[in-house]
Amino acid sequence: MILSITGTGAVSPAGWGVRAMMDLLESGKTLTTSPLERPLHATPVLRVPLENSTTPKIPRLRRTSPISKFAAAAAMEALGGHRLAAIAAGELRVGVIFTLINGCVSYSNRFFTEVLADPKIASPILFPETVFNAPSSHLSAMIGSTAPNDTLIADGAGFFTGIDLAAEWLLRSEVDGCLIVASEEIDWLSAEALCHYSPRFIPSEGAGAIYLEAAEGTVRLQNLPTPISFSGNSRLTAALKIRAALAVENHPSHLLIDGRVGIPAQDEPETLTWQDWLGPRLSPRISLGEAMGASAAWQVIAAVEAIRSGQAPQATVTAVGGNQQAAGCLLAR
Amino acid sequence: MAYSPTLHSPFLPSRVVITGAGIISPLGQNWRENSAGFRAGKMAISEVSLFDTSAQRVGKAGQATLPDAPIPPRAWARMDRGTRLAYIAAREALSTAGIAKKSMPVIIGTSAAAMPIGEEYYKQACAGVASRRAQLQRVESYQAQRQMIDLMRALAIDGPLRIVSNACASGANAIGQAYHLVRSGHADYVLAGGYDALCQLVFAGFDALQALSPSGIPRPFDAARDGLALGEGAGFVLVESASSAKARRAGIFAEILGYGAATDIHHLTQPNPLGDAALLTMQAACRMANLAPAQIDYINSHGTGTPLNDIAEGNAIQRWAEADVGKIKVSSTKSAIGHLLGGAGAVESVICLMALAGQWLPASLNVREADPVCTFDLVQAPREATVQRVLTNSFGFGGANATLIFGQEGTA
Repeated sequence: MILSITGTGAVSPAGWGVRAMMDLLESGKTLTTSPLERPLHATPVLRVPLENSTTPKIPRLRRTSPISKFAAAAAMEALGGHRLAAIAAGELRVGVIFTLINGCVSYSNRFFTEVLADPKIASPILFPETVFNAPSSHLSAMIGSTAPNDTLIADGAGFFTGIDLAAEWLLRSEVDGCLIVASEEIDWLSAEALCHYSPRFIPSEGAGAIYLEAAEGTVRLQNLPTPISFSGNSRLTAALKIRAALAVENHPSHLLIDGRVGIPAQDEPETLTWQDWLGPRLSPRISLGEAMGASAAWQVIAAVEAIRSGQAPQATVTAVGGNQQAAGCLLAR
Repeated sequence: MAYSPTLHSPFLPSRVVITGAGIISPLGQNWRENSAGFRAGKMAISEVSLFDTSAQRVGKAGQATLPDAPIPPRAWARMDRGTRLAYIAAREALSTAGIAKKSMPVIIGTSAAAMPIGEEYYKQACAGVASRRAQLQRVESYQAQRQMIDLMRALAIDGPLRIVSNACASGANAIGQAYHLVRSGHADYVLAGGYDALCQLVFAGFDALQALSPSGIPRPFDAARDGLALGEGAGFVLVESASSAKARRAGIFAEILGYGAATDIHHLTQPNPLGDAALLTMQAACRMANLAPAQIDYINSHGTGTPLNDIAEGNAIQRWAEADVGKIKVSSTKSAIGHLLGGAGAVESVICLMALAGQWLPASLNVREADPVCTFDLVQAPREATVQRVLTNSFGFGGANATLIFGQEGTA
């Protein structure tokens, strides 16, 4: 069965929409960070701009935090209006798979602050949004789909596990198509947490979404190896194994989109694994910051757009997560 | 699994069995203790001692007792309370399956994950006195995937890890996904289960929603039920192809006959009053199992004891069973151990295996007067029964609904 990615959506510090993200990546420019304040000190971060939001205006999103709003905007862009109409007409079964590391940290932060102050008056509005699968639930409600909906917690390579699960659903004909979405938001708590790993990390936020279906589209999923777990492998060994499993031809015209962040110690497994790569290479996290679960989604979207626009006949996307797995996929025209 | 356009063709489904099971709950630290407890109709709800509940409306929950460190202390110390619960149950599942030091996929459900570590990280971050190294360690060990990789290493398992976080359906979804992996021939066996530990943030959250029973006594399907009790624990199973089990002459707890998953889009925290998505999952699981409702001997309901949930599930059971509803035996074991959230679906699956093994039904405790929605046979005290096929429902926040059907071997 041939699976193709036929829709993409993104919200990033570059702006709302895939076009804004690709314009930034193609320009090679860097964005200006803004300080994220908290009582003790400020962390430089990349935020999604408030202007030109494409968050859908639906009741379920009124009380949500940015993670759900980013996800909804990216999902709607990937899905497109014609599919939404088909779902409403009962002609299309669309599953939702959501991958994340962090989840709704801003409301968790606020809710736990209230709990420690006085649990009797902690807000019942905040708590439900702190549950990991709340953003994903909003997406199914937004598109009106009762098809399966799974939220997966994973590291920075978790988006590929989401694609893997979607491929399972499609192969079983459990759904006609699947939205795979990754979204993250930052507040001072998570920004500081990331910077404990390295002060050179630029915490970021946003969402990426792809629509995968059984169809002969322009951008096909050519190979999706089983992720290599760190349960029995070092990060470097896992990176090497995933390259071997991807079985990609090292050709000057083939694009590699990796998960490097620009911090040598963090990047070492991918740097060593792909040091002989002959083709062009793009590292979106260096431009867009580290958006945890969402970053790998941006990588996949950048690969899809590069193939769609004819810049490359095929693209390999890889990421070596922090504490779970190395993973990747091969996309081709 | 892996995907390639050339590798896949329509598959011939394999029969799938369970060859190992493990459990820890407020009733005990293993299968034997839990089975005895449910068989006797015991309840294990007590005052919470893990964190301060003095300012909450409610102070009771199903709190489990962990054993002394069963692995080297340093490895045990790295594990969060939830991971320790998961380790105890997973180890028992592997032991009963006769599997050790293997490569296999692992699929685990959790809702709160290592939240107690996150809570401590937050407190220290606000206080601003902890060292960067200590905070880094908390950040790292707060992450569920880090905890589960440590769990796999402690169990000497290597393989792909998937963590499902579909709130209260997580554990059932994990077993369902494992079932599909084996059924489709992508794995010979998969370790699957769910866990959650009590923590202050989640406890306060349910209290803020006024979902907890003020008395601390959950009464699922009672006409005057007033809320749930939280609990903690873990349940794990080894999901294996029948051919693999036969080849290694493994003992078989049960066959997995069906699985259904759907999404209730009515509201973030409230089920559709008529149980629409619950009906979908029960019907889907029965279709896969090729069974009619009258062939199900027992339903381990989601049965939280909240006014809205029990009505929705009761309505779904009525619509699903139609004229046979009076023959359907139903209970909620949350009345005995509380609601284990991400662990609930997996723990309740193991309880279903106990019913199949022992030919008895666990009870919905604490019912004074059954709700009128109970047109089914509500099991209010443990009883002997002929049990060949059982169904378990799990419904979560956000509308994640799942149904699993298990049967004695050969009852498909």
